Order: sequence, then structure tokens, then C-alpha cells
Amino acid sequence: MTHVAIADQPEEEEHHPTSFIAKYIWSQDHKVIAIQYTIVAMFVGLVALVLSGFMRLQLGFPDTFSFINPNTYLQFMTMHGMIMVIYLLTALLLGGFGNYLIPLMVGTRDMVFPYLNMLSFWMYFLSVLVLLASFFVPGGPTGAGWTLYPPQAILQGTPGADWGIVFMIASLAIFIIAFTMGGLNYVTTILQARTHGMTLMRMPLTLWGIFTASLMGLLAFPALLVSAIMLGLDLLAGTSFFMPALVSLGEQLDHTGGSPLLFQHLFWFFGHPEVYIVALPAFGMVSDVLSTHARKNIFGYRMMVWAIVIIAGLSFIVWAHHMYVSGMNLNFGFFFATTTLIIAVPTALKVYNWVLTLWRGNIHLNTPMLFAIGFIFTFTHGGLSGLFLGNVIVDVPLADTYFVVAHFHMVMGVSTVMVLFAAIYHWYPLVTGRMLHEGMGKIHFWLTFLGTYAVFLPMHYLGFLGVPRRYFSMGDTAFMPESAQTLNASISVFAIIVMVIQVIFLVNLVWSLKNGPRAPRNPWGATSLEWQTPVMPPAHGNWGHALPRVHRWAYDYSVPGAAEDFIPQNVPQEGSGRPDDGGQEEVKA
Amino acid sequence: MAEKTTQYFVPDSSPWPLWASAGLFLLAMGIAGFIQQATGVSDSQWGGPVLIAGALWMIGVLFMWWRDATLESLQGLHSVQMDKSYRQGMIWFIFSEVMFFAAFFGALFYVRWLAVPWLGGAGDGAMTHELLWPDFQAMWPLTRTPDGTTTQYMGAWGLPAINTAILITSSVTLTIAHHALVAGERARAILFHGATIALGVIFIGLQAYEYVHAYRDLGLTLDAGIYGSLFFMLTGFHGVHVTIGTIFLIVLLLRMMKGHFTAENHFAYEAGAWYWHFVDVVWVFLFVVVYWL
Repeated sequence: MTHVAIADQPEEEEHHPTSFIAKYIWSQDHKVIAIQYTIVAMFVGLVALVLSGFMRLQLGFPDTFSFINPNTYLQFMTMHGMIMVIYLLTALLLGGFGNYLIPLMVGTRDMVFPYLNMLSFWMYFLSVLVLLASFFVPGGPTGAGWTLYPPQAILQGTPGADWGIVFMIASLAIFIIAFTMGGLNYVTTILQARTHGMTLMRMPLTLWGIFTASLMGLLAFPALLVSAIMLGLDLLAGTSFFMPALVSLGEQLDHTGGSPLLFQHLFWFFGHPEVYIVALPAFGMVSDVLSTHARKNIFGYRMMVWAIVIIAGLSFIVWAHHMYVSGMNLNFGFFFATTTLIIAVPTALKVYNWVLTLWRGNIHLNTPMLFAIGFIFTFTHGGLSGLFLGNVIVDVPLADTYFVVAHFHMVMGVSTVMVLFAAIYHWYPLVTGRMLHEGMGKIHFWLTFLGTYAVFLPMHYLGFLGVPRRYFSMGDTAFMPESAQTLNASISVFAIIVMVIQVIFLVNLVWSLKNGPRAPRNPWGATSLEWQTPVMPPAHGNWGHALPRVHRWAYDYSVPGAAEDFIPQNVPQEGSGRPDDGGQEEVKA
Repeated sequence: MAEKTTQYFVPDSSPWPLWASAGLFLLAMGIAGFIQQATGVSDSQWGGPVLIAGALWMIGVLFMWWRDATLESLQGLHSVQMDKSYRQGMIWFIFSEVMFFAAFFGALFYVRWLAVPWLGGAGDGAMTHELLWPDFQAMWPLTRTPDGTTTQYMGAWGLPAINTAILITSSVTLTIAHHALVAGERARAILFHGATIALGVIFIGLQAYEYVHAYRDLGLTLDAGIYGSLFFMLTGFHGVHVTIGTIFLIVLLLRMMKGHFTAENHFAYEAGAWYWHFVDVVWVFLFVVVYWL
């Protein structure tokens, strides 16, 4: 044991870099990296939000804005989707929250591979730069839709077919390498660096969500990398992976023998797990936020853990439900419909458990809690429309209409963003040492929550009318009543309002950094380890001289007879707490 | 019970990740520019030089970074617990690599069993076949494409069989070297390790020769239809992995000659060996599925 002393060294001298560069650019501290991830992800997220605003302007008020033409509309749509799914949600949930919370929650000083962690961020940053650079190349970014389906993604006629698509592919490849480094770091940290007493079944659900999602990422992202490489080679080197015998613009192309369906299979083998890579960390975080602010243990902890694991497993055999109308074998479709509907079982279980956690809880309706409860609503609605689309027969008429747009925005966009807001309001005091302004937070919640309903509920109706998605303009189609256009205009107005409301949130974030009330230690009375550090916000190395020891699960709230109404995980057994958390290991210690 | 996780070494700040990212940027730009000018899309000349600069930059950064990591290891800053973490990290990395190749193999099976038969009129494709390519016959390897280009395919029992033997032998010599290292016989370990590297280099050379043969004599090129695309893609990415593995082994040889590895503490060596065996197993699958069947 040559260096156990590390823990006892006075850390102040050694680990507190002073200059800006050493502190924020070269730092390998997981907390700094997490903040870097968060800031970059929120920045690209804002870009994507503005893009969606442009699209809504065109849809609500056609032919009023000259800078939006059919080509730019497709480009905005593509970049909006890609940024939101990959560069905002995946990066913020795993890179941002994963990085910040994993070492603190498992009770270790840092990630097990700090170099790799830092490199992962810088490569993510690079991928964002490359992605944004595609706005400035000749022809602009690709307009192939965020799914990048070939052959049209790489054939002439699609916007950005010369340069934009190359930048998109390069950016994705870099992102995937960055994510692989991050993901194996998160998985190994959770498996290896848990502090004494932190068994897997004592981990907060946040960790379970992040852990499972990282594992899924390691499995699923290589499929996207492979399809991106093949797509790039089809474009640049004349290979034929996704190109059958094609005739384009009257000329026969040199590509022969490939299959565009192959791309869809590869893409969705990544794409569906990706939904859960985003959703599972959100499930985990919302469980912890609900439990803390309802002062009640999470209902059915083991059930929740296994539901996460089962959802993760099932999500790898449902991918083709994105392809019912692609021309694949219909019997194949019924297999995927079955698995898709089965996945609703563990998901519904989680919803019941969240509601039962709230039931007769001592609910504190502060901002994080409001967002968490809002998530239960939006997620339930988005999930139910998913049951419609999971059935082959119902999906065929609804495919590629606004019903689909409404579904995935509700279930993956709005719900996950609700959790992100809840998580930011919940953990902001830990990160900055200041509380966010509660009044601004509540205004932010109510306008966002009601606003998103005003935006996305009418879209279901538009979908039933048969309004197709991804169309620049609806024109005078016979099947669409006049009211559809009116509805579109109202959706656009609400969308702009929701967008503007986010300014309150940003102002709150920046303003509270200096002017917010100083956060008391453990302001929410949470039990999990990240709130139990010697100083708050946690310093480099997190735990000062000795690592915490864990004696219980993370949900001992409202314990009868306890000094406060909760017992943190690192407080030893004193007769209260759960009966199955035996005290024998304390004897040896 | 000891506080196991106090044994984690928390490193100070390091500039290498940022520089590595910058190097990768140069490398990516260089590759993109080089491909653009090689395929005639663009007539700019900066692709090649930027590619070389990026590669040199990356080599420099990786050298400095690995030097730091090696020094930490030699100073005894890596505990037993961290050794375990490194093992797990490597396993997860190889796991991810397995998925990477699985996707390529999946593409191969999909094209071979579904896409090409469809073009030949199987299943729902009868009308497409009838209207567009009535003369096309589905076959594998696809040596006559729908538009009439013909190529020859790469047989299994010439060079590829020799290459298979070479890679399997290299796995054996590597294992012998590893056992020698554990037994403390350094000279023997270095000898067999060197033999492994030599076999790896021979493999890469033969593979390059095979590519030249395919391009020059067989008419089998990257853009000669889906068979050529898949052939070069699968063997090419495998070749890249063999090259990375060989570089890995060379670094290990240098470290071994400097006496960095002891019989008990040689995780880096084991990681290299795992990687090499992984690449070897992939080749066996490649040989059976791409060349033979």
C-alpha cells in the first residue's frame, strides 16, 4: 500500500489549481467536466430551439418569412432533431449529470479514468464545433432529416448533399468515440469505485438509470458508427452499401446491390435504444427528486431497478417498429409490435410506482417537484400515444403524420426536458452553493408545462386529419379543413411563447449565481451521498480526508424516531431504518 | 475491512486531452480533404499535409500522455483496485468493439440473405426484378452486378488461408510470451513477443499484397458493387485493428525491454494480449464468412 497516504495528504496545496486555464481547461475533476458538458449542451440546445422556432414561424404563417424556403426548412428540421436527440439530451444527461453525480453518489473521489473523461468532453466539444460548422459550408447543413435515410441523404437534390452531410457524418463519428470513452468510464466507475457499504441494491435510482443507459450506449452506438461510416463511404468512395441498382435524375448510378433498408435496420438498432439511453437516466433522476420532495421512500425500489433493466433489455428488440411502412416483411412487423407492447408493461409499472410514491407523501410543491410531477403527466400522455403507434394496423395510417411528431415530442422531448429542469432546480444548490429563485422557477414551470400541452396536444388532432410531417407548406389539400391551418397558427404562437419563457430560466440560472440566497447544507433534506460532502459545493477530491461509509439505502425519509425526518446513507444504524439492512458489518469495522 | 476506494489516485490537471482533441480535429480535416482530392471532388492540395501533421501531432500527444500514465504506474500510484478498474475498462472497450464488428457482419448477412435475393426477384421483389433488371441473377459472391459489371471474387485457400495460419500462430506465440513473463523469464518473453510482432507485420504486408492483387487482377474494387464494398470494408477495418494492435505490441515490447513489467504487475501487457486475441477471433469469423462460405 504505497500511497494510501494520498487520502491523508493535505489536499489544499496539491489539488487546487489557481489559474483559470488550469482550473477550467486542463482540469480532470469530474465536476468541472460535468459543468463544461452542461454549458456546451445547453448552448447547442438553444440553437436547436431557435431552429424549431423558425420552423414554427413558417408552418403557422406560410410565406411570411423570406429567409425560410423549402431547403432551409429541411435543414432546420434536420439540425433541430439531431442536436436535440444526440448533442443536447444524450450529452446533458450522461455527460453532464452522469459526470457530476456518479462519483458523488457512489462516494468516490473522481471517475476511475479521469484522463479519458476529459478527453471525452473535448471530443464532444469538437463534434459540436464540426456540427455547427456545417451551417457555414457551401450548401449549408444537410437537410436529409435527422434519420439521414439513404439514398436521398447523399444524392444530389437534397440540401447539403455536397458538404453538409460530410460534416454531419464526421461530427457523429467523433461524438460516438467521445461517448464510448465516457460510457465505459461511467460503467466502470459504478462497478468498481463504490464506497464501502454501497451495494448495487443500495444505489439511488439515478445511478441505476445512468448505469444502464451507459451500458446500452456501449452496445448501441457502434451500430450508428458503422452506418455513418458506410454512408460516408457510399458518398465519397463509391461503395454500394445502401445503394441498390439506382436510377437518379435519369442517369443510372454506379452503385449496385446494396439496400437502403439495411441503413434503416442499423440506424434504428441504435435509434430505439437511444430513446432509452435518454429516458432511463431521466427515469432515475425523477425517482430521486419525487422521493426527496415527497419525503417518502420510493415505492417498490427493487421493482424500479428491475423495470429499468428489463426496459433496457427489451429496447434492443423493438427497433423495427420505426419501419412498419418501410416495405419490410409484415410478419416481421407483428413480432416487433408484440415486443413494443410488452415494453409498455415495465414502463407503466414505473409510472404507477411514481404515483404511489406521491400517495400520502408529505409533498413539498417547490419547483423541482413541480417539474417532476409535470413529467409524470407528459410522460404518461406520450407513452399512451406510443401504444397507438406500436400497433402495425394503427401505425400504417398514422405514420409520418403530426401524430408521430406529437408522440415523440411528448415522450422523449418534453418529458425528458421536464426531468432536466427538475434536476437542474434540484441540484443547482449543490453545484453552485446558491438557491435558484423560487418565484421565477414557478412561473417557468407553469408556462412551460401548460405551453407544451398547447403546442403538442393539437398536433395529435392534426395527425388524425392526416397532416404529413416534414412538409414545408400544406397548400390547399382537399382532405385538410381550413381549421387545420388555424390550429397550426395557434400552435406556432404557443411555441414562440414557450420559447420566450425559457429566457426566465436562463436569467434565473445566471442571476442566482451571484444573487441567489446562499444554500444551506443539504437544502432539500436528501439522503443520498452527494449532499453529504464535507464542504458544499464539493471540493476537488470530493470527500476530504476519509471516504463516506454507506449504511443504508437512499430512501430513508420520514423515519419515525429519527433525529430529523430522514437518515442520510452514511449515518450508521441506530435501531431505526429498514429491517433488512443488518448491522453486522459495523462490528468488523 | 479496508476502505478500498481511498486507494484511488486522483491525478492533477493535464493538458493532453485538449491537445488530443485538437490533433483529432487536424486528423479528421486531413482525412476529409485527402478523400475529397483523391476522389476528384475538390482540387485543393491541403488534405495530405494536414493529414500528416495531424498524425504526427497525435503521435506526440499520445506519447506524452502514455508517458505520464506509465510514470504514474511506475511510481506505484496505481492500486490493486485501480488495476481491476483498468481490466474492466478494457473489457468494456472490447465489448464495444465486438458490437462494432457485429454491425458489419450484420450488414453482410443482410445483403447476402435478403437484399441481393430481393434484387434477383425473391420475396416481394418480383416486379422490381422483372421491370428493372430482368437479366440479373442473385448469387454470392456477387460477381455480376445488376448493371452488368463483372468482377472475380477472392478465393479462400490461397493467401487468406496462409494469413489465418499466421494470425493463429501469432496468438500462440503471444501466449507463450505471456507465460514466460509470468514465470519471470524475460529473455524468452521478449523473443516470443518479438515473433508475434513480426507475424503481425507479415500479416499486414500480405493483406496489402492481396488488396493490390484484387484491384489489379480480379477487378475487385471498393466501388465494384456490394460484394467489393463489403469485402474491403470488413477486411479493411480488421486490418486497421491489426495495425493498431501491432503498434500496441511494439510499445509493449519497448516497455518490456526497459523492464517495466513484473511477473505480478503487467496489466498493460494483458490488455494488449486481450486486444490481440480479440482481433484474431474476428479474423477467424472473417475467414469463414467472407472468404470461405
